[in-house]
Amino acid sequence: MITKAFQTVYTKITEITKATCSLYAEGVGYEELALVDGRPAQVVKMNGNKITLQVFPGTEGIATNAKVVFLGKSPTLKVSNLLSGRFLNAYGEPIDGGPAIEGESREIGGPSVNPVRRQKPSHFLGTGIAGIDLNNTLVTGQKIPFFADPDQPYNNVLAEVALRAEADKIILGGMGLSNDDYLFFKKRFTDAGALDKIISFVNTTEDPPVERLLIPDMVCTAAEFFADNQQQKVLVLLTDMTLYADALAIVSNKMDQIPSKDSMPGSLYSDLARIYEKAVQFQHGGSITIIGVTTLNEGDITHAIPDNTGYITEGQLFLRRDPEIGKTIIDPFRSLSRLKQNVIGKQTREDHPQVMNALIRLNADAVEARTKKENGFDLSDYDQRCLKFAIDYAEKLLAIDINIKVDEMLETGWELMSKYFEKHEVGIKQVFVDKYWKNEEGNEEE
Amino acid sequence: MTKGKVKSIIANLLTIEVDGPVGQNEICFVSVKDVKLRAEVIRITGNIASAQVFESTRGIKIGDPVEFTGHMLQIELGPGLLSRNYDGLQSDLDDLESTYLERGVYTNALNRKVEYDFEPLAHRSQKVKAGDWLGSVKENWIDHKIMVPFDFEGEAEVVWLADAGQYTVSDEIATLQNEKGEKFPVNMIQRWPVKKAVKTYVDKPRPYKLLQTGMRLIDTFNPMAEGGTGFIPGPFGTGKTVLQHAIAKNGEADIIIVTACGERANEVVEIFTEFPELTDPRTGRKLSERTSIICNTSNMPVAAREASVYVGMTIAEYYRAMGLKVLLLADSTSRWAQALREMSNRLEELPGPDAFPMDLSAIIANFYSRAGMVNLNNGKTGSVTFIGTVSPAGGNFKEPVTESTAKVARCFYALSQKRADSKRYPAIEATDSYSKYLEYDEFREYSEENIQKGWVDLIHEIKDVILRGQECRDQINILGNDAVPLSYHIDFWKSEVVDFILLQQDSFDEVDMNCPMERQKYMINKVIDICRQPFDFEDFEKVASYFKQVINLMKQMNYTPFQEEDFNKYEKELEELISKRETVPA
Repeated sequence: MITKAFQTVYTKITEITKATCSLYAEGVGYEELALVDGRPAQVVKMNGNKITLQVFPGTEGIATNAKVVFLGKSPTLKVSNLLSGRFLNAYGEPIDGGPAIEGESREIGGPSVNPVRRQKPSHFLGTGIAGIDLNNTLVTGQKIPFFADPDQPYNNVLAEVALRAEADKIILGGMGLSNDDYLFFKKRFTDAGALDKIISFVNTTEDPPVERLLIPDMVCTAAEFFADNQQQKVLVLLTDMTLYADALAIVSNKMDQIPSKDSMPGSLYSDLARIYEKAVQFQHGGSITIIGVTTLNEGDITHAIPDNTGYITEGQLFLRRDPEIGKTIIDPFRSLSRLKQNVIGKQTREDHPQVMNALIRLNADAVEARTKKENGFDLSDYDQRCLKFAIDYAEKLLAIDINIKVDEMLETGWELMSKYFEKHEVGIKQVFVDKYWKNEEGNEEE
Repeated sequence: MTKGKVKSIIANLLTIEVDGPVGQNEICFVSVKDVKLRAEVIRITGNIASAQVFESTRGIKIGDPVEFTGHMLQIELGPGLLSRNYDGLQSDLDDLESTYLERGVYTNALNRKVEYDFEPLAHRSQKVKAGDWLGSVKENWIDHKIMVPFDFEGEAEVVWLADAGQYTVSDEIATLQNEKGEKFPVNMIQRWPVKKAVKTYVDKPRPYKLLQTGMRLIDTFNPMAEGGTGFIPGPFGTGKTVLQHAIAKNGEADIIIVTACGERANEVVEIFTEFPELTDPRTGRKLSERTSIICNTSNMPVAAREASVYVGMTIAEYYRAMGLKVLLLADSTSRWAQALREMSNRLEELPGPDAFPMDLSAIIANFYSRAGMVNLNNGKTGSVTFIGTVSPAGGNFKEPVTESTAKVARCFYALSQKRADSKRYPAIEATDSYSKYLEYDEFREYSEENIQKGWVDLIHEIKDVILRGQECRDQINILGNDAVPLSYHIDFWKSEVVDFILLQQDSFDEVDMNCPMERQKYMINKVIDICRQPFDFEDFEKVASYFKQVINLMKQMNYTPFQEEDFNKYEKELEELISKRETVPA
């Protein structure tokens, strides 16, 4: 960021905390950007002529006589097609060694879409993962997080979903990514030959935490450019929103705000909603779909971050390691996509809702049978069959390494049901059973 | 008018140095660049006023000019409020042209060009008071009364009244003269400050009439009364919003006001998309014709969230004064409370529990108290029934918003994660939930006369069946199927019949989604007959398979049109099944 000539330079900082500094200045606008000793900062509080700046990279080493200049604008991002394939930092500056981005300069964190100009999300977004497409179908314009423990391979799953999803653009917002994970994303995207449709905004753990606060707004501004101006299907990935919320807590703490639940700022719900609600289906066909990651502490979803997230997003996806098959699966019981009703059986095959429910119900019976077994009760023949079915079900449909079309998932579902159960045990509408049930040779019955 | 200059800014809280008198809750406009942003005064210290800006404060500078308006946040009331989608400050969202909600852009709430068919109801030289009906226009199918302005003091005489004919909302339709001889022109628009209750009625009796919602778990088990209040707390994913939408679709009210307060935009879009398509079962008209939506979704400015619930309530009270039955729904009041918390925080007030403001309970109580059934000056009645949802943090009901609401709301619909997980919808816990109206003698009397003799006792009896069933299930789970007496299995399965046939309801099924009272009564009597029947079986597996058949047949009854061919067929099969059982020797 370059300063212009004839700008007032202030050199008298009166107060410094770890994240903010204050000085007296005139003619400053709220949320305006400034440079403090060359470091980007933003106005967060004005009291008379006393201006408090949030210094994104932190205030280490800033002296009271450091140079402060105000830039006369709030944070912006240059948007154009040149963004494609680029890796940028939290300020929208390249970190991949390439040239600076040219394009229209847009303020980030702009206004929200008028609800009456939205369209009801109702386009299927396929990922090839049966745990998602079959059981928790995603819809363009939806917002949904992965709730995962830190030890789970959520970033790998996210990269898989991104590469397989039928999207025109994928925009990654990495917040507090470990450098290793950043390199993983970079390699995975490059190897897949998909770089031209991917844009990444990255804040790694090596960068100051407060910078993270800019990432979602940068990502959403870029997403709105492609989705609204170019009517593209944009998929936004945000990982990890828990670290974003932590950064919010740091700033609010330095500003002497009273914390609410779990030491989080009282505005956490609004802060998160402002980002997730950027997910939208425009009437002209463009859309922004947001898939986030919220890391949990030992699966605790009552913590303020996942709790508020759950109230905002349209469902949540849980990862779980299934010891029976030794793979990570999408948990069929705790995961939920609230918008799946808009597409399943409508844009996917007619038997989709019934097959999905039947499989989950049978799997629930298997869980009960397992409990019975563990408690030393005798198992019935039905229980035994349920147990066998559950293993096959996890292996062939729930595991995240599955990559098949929805029709194939449904066919697999019918195969499993036909293999382990009688027609009357699956509780599916007779017309579908007549049409799709597999006889012993694995062919559909006439 | 008083003017001022911005002195300080933090988030959406400004302090303003003023040059004249300023009132608490007065509205002012801050000029920034080329727009004027609306703000509300929330504290005054000397010549410094603190104000919350209803929009983004980006770019405001110290010294920016502020103009005060001399009035509190007020909205427009008049014909044309229905079928509209408003934002939290009553701007008409459909009239905003941009795709994005640009700040500082406001619209008229009422269309000035539409002409309405006016019929006078009063006559010249008639003495009238605030809220009295001067005339009536047709708004959709509703007789929309044009009333003496609510803020009119004392008694007035109608000195001129327009003849029947076509008028726009801004045309003068009457001239009133007060006791001092001053004359006031009246048109169809009136303005009212949203935070003040409209009190143009004679009195507010205890609610006693059942307000049907078409939902068995509410109407039968925990009835809502006309003019009553209720709340629905529940963790996320338990179906709060689906439940509210179902009530909005089937609620037996003349007017439905939906306040989407800090919730998902896509859910509001669903209402926008569906309501103009769906038919109101009672009138045959489109649902959107009786509905007005106030929407401040979670990404819209936080300060306007607080305003949105008051805007909804004020519109509800306005229609109540016309002698109409109004149902007001707010989803969710927790988001409103959070908005209060954010502001109290910035004002650096000492926090109460969970950092909410100390007066949270008082604010909630005050709001709920605006609901109610009222007797109007002309002897007619009107009502505002209010149902709010609460989103307790972590799904834990021991938190300030749930607790404060529980103190004032008369009905409690507890959504349970367990029921939601096992897909038993609506996930209302029948026995934890309550309706205080069941204890009202007035309600008992009303139900004896209008539903059936001994209705309230019947509800208690059926709730006992559920409780007994829960105990039996627990015992069976602990001791095992074989170790409990057979009667435990029978009692458990009887409660399953109640659960599957009366409690659960398919809000996606065309027939089952709306169950009229007549039908609810019929089915509850069928079910109680079964529950009262002493059954006998050889072993517990036979109990389960027998009751599964009962449940299946009765479910089919629920899914088929009432007392038509299919329904009767299943009923006959059911009767055979039961009589067959009776003939088996004990």
